[in-house]
Amino acid sequence: MPAHDVLIIGAGLAGQRAALAAAQEGASVAIMSKVHPVRSHSVAAAGGINAAISVDDDWHSHAYDTVKGSDFLGDQDAIEIMCSQAPAEVMHLEHIGVTFHRNDQGELDLRAFGGASIKRTAYVADITGQAILHVLYEQLMRYHETVERFEEWFTTSLVQDQDGRCCGVVARDVRSGRMETFHAKNVILACGGAGQVYRPTTNALIVTGDGIAQAYRIGAPLMDMEMVQYHPTTLVENGLLITEGARGEGAVLLNSEGERFMEKYAPNKMELASRDVVSRAEQTEILEGRGVGADGAGIYLDITMVPRKRTLEALREIVNIGKDFAGVDITREPIMIRPGQHYIMGGVKTDVDGATSIDGLYAAGEVACVSVHGGNRLGANSLLDTLIFGRRSGEHAARRAASMPMPSPSDAQLHEDVAMIDEIIARERTGRRVSEIKEELGDTMNRLVAVYRDEEGLQEAHEIVGRLKQEAQSAYIDDRGTVFNQDVLGAIELGYMLDCAEAIVVAAIERKESRGAQFRTDFPERNDAEWLKHIDISPNGDGPQVSYSPVTFTQWQPEERKY
Amino acid sequence: MADTFKPPEDFTIRLRRYDPESGEAPYWDEHTITLEPHRSVLEGILQARARFDGSIGIRCSCRAAICGSCGVRINGEPGLACHTHLDEARASGANGAIEVEPMGNMPVIKDLIVDMDAVHWKKVQRVTPWLIAKQPVPEREYLASHDSMVDVTQTMACIQCGACVSDCLAMEVDPGFIGPAALAKAYRFVGDPRDDAHDIRLRDLAEDPQGIYDCTHCFKCVEACPKDVNPMGQIMRLRRIAGSDFGIVDKNNGERHEAAFTTLVKDNGLLWEAELLPRSYGGNSWFGKLHPSAAKELLSSLPAILKALMRGKVTPMGALRPHKIPKSDLDRVRAIYDRIEGREERYELNLYVSGYDEEEPPAAAPAGAVAQEAAPSAPDGAGTGVEP
Repeated sequence: MPAHDVLIIGAGLAGQRAALAAAQEGASVAIMSKVHPVRSHSVAAAGGINAAISVDDDWHSHAYDTVKGSDFLGDQDAIEIMCSQAPAEVMHLEHIGVTFHRNDQGELDLRAFGGASIKRTAYVADITGQAILHVLYEQLMRYHETVERFEEWFTTSLVQDQDGRCCGVVARDVRSGRMETFHAKNVILACGGAGQVYRPTTNALIVTGDGIAQAYRIGAPLMDMEMVQYHPTTLVENGLLITEGARGEGAVLLNSEGERFMEKYAPNKMELASRDVVSRAEQTEILEGRGVGADGAGIYLDITMVPRKRTLEALREIVNIGKDFAGVDITREPIMIRPGQHYIMGGVKTDVDGATSIDGLYAAGEVACVSVHGGNRLGANSLLDTLIFGRRSGEHAARRAASMPMPSPSDAQLHEDVAMIDEIIARERTGRRVSEIKEELGDTMNRLVAVYRDEEGLQEAHEIVGRLKQEAQSAYIDDRGTVFNQDVLGAIELGYMLDCAEAIVVAAIERKESRGAQFRTDFPERNDAEWLKHIDISPNGDGPQVSYSPVTFTQWQPEERKY
Repeated sequence: MADTFKPPEDFTIRLRRYDPESGEAPYWDEHTITLEPHRSVLEGILQARARFDGSIGIRCSCRAAICGSCGVRINGEPGLACHTHLDEARASGANGAIEVEPMGNMPVIKDLIVDMDAVHWKKVQRVTPWLIAKQPVPEREYLASHDSMVDVTQTMACIQCGACVSDCLAMEVDPGFIGPAALAKAYRFVGDPRDDAHDIRLRDLAEDPQGIYDCTHCFKCVEACPKDVNPMGQIMRLRRIAGSDFGIVDKNNGERHEAAFTTLVKDNGLLWEAELLPRSYGGNSWFGKLHPSAAKELLSSLPAILKALMRGKVTPMGALRPHKIPKSDLDRVRAIYDRIEGREERYELNLYVSGYDEEEPPAAAPAGAVAQEAAPSAPDGAGTGVEP
């Protein structure tokens, strides 16, 4: 029976950082992931990581940019922690081996990024997430005797004791189909966002809101769920990400008239305004008939003015993406992009140590909402979020574990989950396939809960999600096996996604104003008097219940947001 | 601008299926899917899985060639399913079908899913895959040159997909060979100026009979790699650094063989075959043949030498005298040596760093740059795909 002081679910940046931090504190640690750790979606983070490490910079400036980027919905105490600790974290990464690119003096080079008032993004070409993830995994291999790894184990439930404390998980070994209860003094959820709720999305197929839904189901409130980020530059063909680093290196956006239209929307920052602003600008151009491409649903991203050698060296991945997925040499010609779902600012509500409202349960990274991103996350702040709050969760959980006995939960949840899986596998092939429901969900969310929203559309989305939840109860699969039955895991993931979608839609209906990523055409203004507050979503019997929590202010009062 | 959307077409995908619980042998499973021709083989497989058979097993996640999950063999060639266009795959397949099989050199778990533990992950662990940082650790960053970091980024770009391992001929013969992916990972530390254990790492990998000298230089991994990591090139760099910079003796004698080879060509303009073996073993000069270890090698090679003489492949005069080429040609050969040996630093082809100077006119660019230039303007460059 596996038993650990700290059990981490998810092995991306937040999870691996938490594992290393908890082990450093002397805790017994296990890290579990439904995929091999280096397959985690952190690997796709491209552009870089923000930290005020330049001599001309100051973490207060980074914090202000983040507050402004959040449209003043971010909690300023958490933002101060993240930004003030960022330089030390980046230096730590450098010391353990991340191959950050250098300037002529041999120091870390920095690139420009959206919403930042100075160049403060450290990077490894445009594979920064991959480089950091692989270096952290190197450290896990180094400390393989202190951090136990459960690779390709799928978590089906969080386990609670009689007092509601989280004391472990039930998980399934994907390779063998064997299921087990894992005992733990603390569980840290670090299993990412919920991008697959949308179609298309830049997010990987594994990003299905598992942790958000698992925490929600045992009563942990979700926060800021209406805040879903559309990235301004995703490939028209299939929604793949083109890094913001491209604009950081000097690329511009053009409409069908060849106009650099960002002049109209953000005359100072132009293409490097915050993502919500740029995505809205693009969407407006497209809606007003100035889009490019056969159906006018695209925008040109032109990077040809960046020196070719620089592009090939610093943006190599998107050169390949252009070539391989769109047939375009981006060093020679513009590429067609459009806004696409990319990130969810909301998640499981936590404090600045990653603790959720459930005793013994922590969350860090995209699964969590501290909230440092508020209404809109700045580019290159997500890697920072995962590492800072991953580390803090790991440390805090390890210290908490030191003074408590190992719980020994019963196998009741295990039996329940085994029965749940057996039931899915035994379903008759009538009704709808799991894959059909997933597609309809993704299309619905992308159609109705996107860059521009209104009451009518949101209500329609709410109805559809409700119907899909019903249909999912009996949706069928094909695989009856136990070894690598990805089909049955897909059915469980669909349940997680539907819970996340419902929370997103309910929160979006609730917020009757426009702030950050939430733009309501029926309430087009920001309304600080009524809506400068977080929306919390908690489970209540059949459906989600809405409540509010205050935004924490330290030094920056709300002001008009202009780029 | 590639604004030429192509309508969806039908593609036939043949999948190698294996169900470990059935007790049955692997079999072929065929599906017809409908997608635009520039979409990936992975998208084709996912469509088949969503519409026809949810039990098709394949690891996949990012769809953008960065997570490394979907390593498979397509029409026999290893690569990422998400990184191969349907139209290209159809063009290279037999009878217009796209055949997808699990990777080679690894046990199959189910369908296209293989067990990478023994042949990949344990071997990565074998090369001490973490930075052994120089001490003391500075307060801020280690100072390092721009080029050194861009250089190791090429191996950092490895996504651990296993395509190179799948196709490695040396590993097929010697499953204990550390292998291309793990050795490329080793270069990531040996090439890193912040690492303090270059000497120990290189000695370890050179002295291990299944280490850097176990590679047979077949280029398969270079072709297989979807990320241009160039694993074999990294292995060769490890060898050059071990031999030239750390004086680590290659027990296979490969390094002295190479030295004898290049000296003979430099001196004579062409290879003097008869001198190659004695010099490789006895020392890199005419007197090498007088060394005892050269005599021993010559003696053991006597049957081969006699056979070659009998068949007229070698003549006694040819053995005693080098080939002759005109003086002007010899001067041109030596000019190449002067240019290469005159460089201050060893020139290493690294696709991240070199070969892309746009100021140079195309004619003067190195060969590598020309090849790279050509790739995007190939038929697929216009989004039109290879003609089926």
